[in-house]
This record gives sequence, C-alpha cells and structure tokens, in this order.
Amino acid sequence: MRRRDSARAGEARSGWLFVSPVVIVLGLFLVAPIVIAFWVSVSDWNGRGSPLSSSVNFVGGQNYQQLLTEDTLTRSDFATSLRNNFYYVLLVVPIQTVLALALALLLNQRRLKGLSFFRTAYYFPSVTSSVAIASVFLFLFAGGGSVNALLAIFGIDGPQWFADPRGVLHMALGAVGIGSGAQGPGPEFMTSHDFLGLTWWDWVAGPSVAMLTIIALVIWVSAGGYMLLFLAGLQNISSDVYEAASIDGATHWRTMRSITVPLLRPTLFTVLTLGLIGTWQVFDQVYVMSKGNPGKTTLTPAFLSYDQSINNGEWGTGTAMSFVLFGIIIAFTAVQSRILRDKDADGRGFLGRVRGVQLATQQSSTSTTGPTT
Amino acid sequence: MSRKTTTAAALACLTLVLALAACGGGGGFDEGATNGPTQPPASGPVTIKFMITSGGPADVKLQQDTVKAWETKTGNKVEVIAASDMNQQLTQGFAAGSPPDLFFTDANVFPTYAKAGNMLPYGDQLDMKSDFYEGLVKTFTYDGKFYCAPKDFSTLALIINMDLWTKAGLQVGDAPKTWAQLETVAQKLTSNGVKGLVIGDTRDRVGAFMKQAGGWIVSSDQTKMTADTPTNLAGLKEVQKLLASGSTSFPKGVDSGWGGEAIGKGKAAMTIEGNWIKGAIKNDYPNLKWQAVELPSGPAAKGTLSFTQCYGVASASKNQAAAIDLVKYLSTPEPAMALATGLGVMPSIKSAAAAYKGAFPNDAAFLAGAEYAQGPVTVAGMDPVLKDFDAQLLGLPGADPKAMLARLLKSVVAVLELALAHPPWGGGAAPLPAAPPLLPQLL
Repeated sequence: MRRRDSARAGEARSGWLFVSPVVIVLGLFLVAPIVIAFWVSVSDWNGRGSPLSSSVNFVGGQNYQQLLTEDTLTRSDFATSLRNNFYYVLLVVPIQTVLALALALLLNQRRLKGLSFFRTAYYFPSVTSSVAIASVFLFLFAGGGSVNALLAIFGIDGPQWFADPRGVLHMALGAVGIGSGAQGPGPEFMTSHDFLGLTWWDWVAGPSVAMLTIIALVIWVSAGGYMLLFLAGLQNISSDVYEAASIDGATHWRTMRSITVPLLRPTLFTVLTLGLIGTWQVFDQVYVMSKGNPGKTTLTPAFLSYDQSINNGEWGTGTAMSFVLFGIIIAFTAVQSRILRDKDADGRGFLGRVRGVQLATQQSSTSTTGPTT
Repeated sequence: MSRKTTTAAALACLTLVLALAACGGGGGFDEGATNGPTQPPASGPVTIKFMITSGGPADVKLQQDTVKAWETKTGNKVEVIAASDMNQQLTQGFAAGSPPDLFFTDANVFPTYAKAGNMLPYGDQLDMKSDFYEGLVKTFTYDGKFYCAPKDFSTLALIINMDLWTKAGLQVGDAPKTWAQLETVAQKLTSNGVKGLVIGDTRDRVGAFMKQAGGWIVSSDQTKMTADTPTNLAGLKEVQKLLASGSTSFPKGVDSGWGGEAIGKGKAAMTIEGNWIKGAIKNDYPNLKWQAVELPSGPAAKGTLSFTQCYGVASASKNQAAAIDLVKYLSTPEPAMALATGLGVMPSIKSAAAAYKGAFPNDAAFLAGAEYAQGPVTVAGMDPVLKDFDAQLLGLPGADPKAMLARLLKSVVAVLELALAHPPWGGGAAPLPAAPPLLPQLL
C-alpha cells in the first residue's frame, strides 16, 4: 500500500518535472502579464518604474468607474471604439466564415486540377505579414490608387477611402429620409439621448468607408486560414455518408444542407469562436493603416487601450479598457456557444465532440485576451 | 486529486512570484525628482544613450557629427538611437527603469512625462538659461520648474508654388495679407486638378486661423478654457468658407499625406506648413520653385503657431551629469547652428539668431512669425482632447463649427475637473499645477 503510494508520488513528481518548462513559460509570459495588467487596472500606476513598487497604490474600481460612468472624453472614445468594433465584427465574422466555407467546398472537389496551387494561393495571405499586406492595401485604396482607377473604368467616382469618415448606415438612413446624411445632424429624438457619452444617432453610424476597407482586407486575409480548417473538417467526413445520400436520391443542395454543414458543426464552432475573439481584438491593421483616423471611425478598443496607456500615460483606464473588452469577448463567445449548442439538443452523435471543442476554445479565449496593452 | 491541485497551485504561485520578483527587481526609481542629479555621477567616461526622432539616416549622422567634438573633449561616448516610435520606446524605458539618458521631447507630450516624474527638471542648472527665448522656456516649464532645454523651434508660414503662382498671372507682391485676399488668390489659383490652398486637417494648421481671429483654445496663462469664444468660431468659419468655395481642401482631398506633398506634386498652389518643409522639398521635390511668406492676418491680428522640442533627461538615468553637460554643449551657438541648418529649424538660443538670419535670408517669413506665434497647449491630459478636436475638424466642410467648439470646451472642462477630483499627487482637492504662460514674445 505504502509502496504504491510512493511510486505514484514519484510518478506525479516526474510528471510535473516534464511539464514544468511549459508551466513556467506560460506562467511568465501569459499568466503574470495578465495578473499584472489587472493589478495596473486597479492601481494608480503612472508608467514610471515597476507597477509593483511600494509607491503604487490600490484604488479599487476607480479606473473602471472613471471609464464607464464619468462623462469624459475617455468614455465617449471608448464607446466610439466599441461601436466601430461592433460593426467590424458584425461584418467580418459572417462574411469570412461563409467565404472560407465556400472556398473549402470548392477545393474539396476531387476532380479539380492544380489543387495544391489553389490551396497555397488562398492560404498565402494568412501567412504573410499583416503589416506588409496593410501597406499594400494603403496603396491600392489611395484616392488615386488602383481600386479607384478600376472604378473609374465603369464611370464610378470612387471615394477617398482612407480619408472618408462617413458612416455607411448614416448615408443609407439619409437616403431614405432619416437624418440628413453622414455629415449633417441626425433626427432630434436620436441626438437627444445618449449611451456611454455617445448619442443614439452616433451609435447607428455604421462602419465608415475607411473601416470598410479594413474589413475587406481582414476578410481577404483570414478567409484562407479558416478555409484550411473547413477543408480538414470536410476531409474527415466519410464518403459513405455521401454515397448513402446519393443512393437516397438527395440533390446537391440537399446533401450540402443535411450532411455537409451539420457534420462540419464542430469546425464551424471553432471558426466562429476564433473569428469572434480575433475580430474583437483587431489591432495591427488599425495601427499600421489608420491609427483610429479618420474622425475616430477606425478606433478599436485594443488600439485605444494601447493609445491611452502608451501615449497618454493613463495606464489605469487603459488597462481597464482591455479588461472590459475581455468581458465583452467572453460574453459574445458564451452567447454564440449557447446558440450552437441549442441546435444540437436533439442529441446527435458528435455532441460530445462539440462540447470538447467548446471547452478548449473557451480556455483559449481567456488566455488570448489578457495582454492587449 | 486534491494533492495534485495543491501542487499545481503551488507551482503556479511559485512561477508568479518568480515573475513578479523579476519585474519588481529594478529598484532605484522610488526617489522623487529633485533639482539635481538623483544618481551619483559615474566615474570615468560613460556612454550616453541619446534617443532622437529622425526623418532618416541623414538626421542620425548629423546628430552624431554634432556630438563628436563633445566626445573628444570629455572622453564620453554618445550612442545616437533613432526611435521608430518615440512614445512607445520611451514609455517602455520609463516602466523598466532604463530609459535612454537623453531624448527629444515634443512639447505635446512633455507635460505627461513631467507629471509622471519621468523627466529630470535640470533647466535651472543651465548657465545659458537666459539665452533661450523666453517663450520656449515657459513652454517647458511645468509646476514652476524649468524642465529641459529647448532644442529648436519652427513656425508656420504660407508656402507658395511660384510656377503656379506666375501661371495664374499673379505677381510677387500679390501675396495675401488678409483673409479676403487669401480667398481671392486661392480662387484664382484653383484650376483643373489643382487646389489653390491645401491645409492640414488638424488644430496645428486650422488653429492658426483661430489665432488670427484673436482666439485660442486656452487663455494665455493656460488656466482658463476659451474654446467657445466668437473669435474661435470666426476662425473656424473662415476655414469652412474656404473649403466650401472649392478653392481649398485638406491634403487627403488631393490624395496627399500632408501639405508639403500636395504642393510638391503640383496639386496645391499654396499650403500652410512650417520650417520642416524646406528639407522635404529639397529631398523629394528638388525642382519645385517655392517661396514662404507670412500668413495673412485675420480680423484681429497676424497669427501663426510655433512648435518646439526639448532635450529631455530621464530621472532614472545614471549618467545625468554627463547628459546635462552634453545639453549645455548642444545649446551653444556653433552646434545649435549646425543642427538647425541640417534640420531646417530655428535655433532656440538668441545668440544664434543673427547667424541664422545671415545664413537663411529666405526664412524671413518663419522668423518673422516667431514674434507673434502661439505655442502649443501644454496642460497634462490635454493631448487626447486636442486629438478629439482634430477628429472634429475633419468634418469641417459640412459640420457645425459651433458644435465642435462646444464639444472641445466640454472635454477640456472634464480634463480639468478630473485633475481636481483625482489629483495625481494624492489627497483631496488641490490647486491645479501652475500652468506656464504661452509664448508671448519669441524674438
């Protein structure tokens, strides 16, 4: 009895010994920065010296209170960044997912020639530096750039893409007689109410033209990456199922709807979750392409948090922003997992697998959100 | 099971403690900033880390060349580092307790650094303090202390593309002296593909019109906010009028990054820029024939804006004595002139003014502007407010300038209230730090 115990203890010890490099690296580069960032968000650290030195005081929720309740520019900037990012997520996640699925379905056809060429071509943007791609897009979408030259062939006078702060929803609402377009004032009932320092009218601005170009870029870049995930999922589906379907006389569309998509649900879940997390954290494109300009319409919480901390020296509210963002991501992921789970409630065979993926992705969401500053 | 959990927890705690110890181990930043070097002077030759913002390798070489004489004289070494993102690199250095010893500090960010105690207020140790222009000294004074030696300064002027000017049938003497003349001239110069006037879409250009109308964002002692005055409104309305007439646009409207690019590419006949345009035109558009004239005066008076940087010394630096000695050397006429010549800006010391005037007779407009230039707002926490104002200005063609000023006022008041409610020095409500008056007289 005793010997068995000590043998097990020895096993446990060597087990820990083997995992210790990973535990230490993760602790040092992941857990510690998150914990310190959280400490900064509840302290009065001003960026000088170590945040753990004796001169730094605990201030409780003051930074959060200042960020969310006091009528300051910081709050309205944060609200603006949340608005921008919301429209960004709303457009990027569905479009990139559908596009990735479509590409994967195309490339999954066995008769297609040059398969590996297309796979590489679609995946290429995902492995290229996002900074390099952002720079290329800056040229493409310059006022006198290729995109406008192309539009000019069709007689369309393209906008000054990156200089255009007009919200597209404002423009659309103006066209149907609500408000006076993107530049003029909005209707009285919407400008007289506000939420987090931003009027209702400002909330419904929609993504600006400048933001749309960033959205186009991100979709183009990330669709290829998610395509690979879908492709792997598709190749996991046994051909027996398809054969059975064709014997039953299922049409192409019916096979797709009743076999392919349901069997791809675990992959779909992964893609949506990763997409949600990634899009709420968008930073590098904004940093390279716009720095939040024009008119703050490409400001995102991740970039604002960086700007507030590094450039304004307001570390408390800056880190508080990243933790509010963290909460938002958790909430969105939870809602999304609930929606996908409910559809599985009739107890299909892969339910367990879905749950497994869910757990794993939720964990990864908590670990990737912390160090946004 | 429970033992495993305990071990895991113990290991996690150990890792965390190790990490925190590593972070907290810097030491030596708890001393408050005093008026002297806080670190004992290092004995023997030292290496000064000197971080500069640069437009390219030429600027770095220029800086290296200027410090050579000092290196030979003192035996110290200077390592010139070109920052790719000055703010970020400095911030990381401040947090780690290892910032560069000496660094360029823009007037915009100076109050933020000074407030956090990152900069050593060494200004009063300089024997040439009285040689600096009064206004520049005041710009770099925070909480009653003269923090750092101004490096140089620039002012805005009206830059004219002379080829387009003569093509439009205008004479040298036709340079606009009033807003009305500016409107007429800009209209005359506007043709297919060319805008008469291109101005940057920030308060650093548009603000000049507010100044010409007799207004400014803050009162001259920077304690009162004067954003929503009719004078400021008049300034903004003039810009709006110019934009609406079609003769004027922001740089992005002619597909340029800034006014210099617009005029260099021939897309603008006039622009409003500062001394830095000289170097840009020389490098990028050497064939452009241009001339700088003073900005037109508004209903109130002549008005322009000035910009400046200083030599910041880090309060966490171990080589403060040597760094201050280097600043003293750089603030003497010969190196100051060499730097000013290379960078195209004006030296910050009065004793170099005559030499500068002699060397650059074409810079008369910039120098003349120094007499009535408005310096930057240097109140801690104002930078995001001013950036927000910039974002508002972008909507100028259509938006209501009155609403912009109201929003500016609201934000500024909030900054001041916040400073009172949460004073960085702890305790209850305390008076605002004495704000330095703006540049009244530069020359």
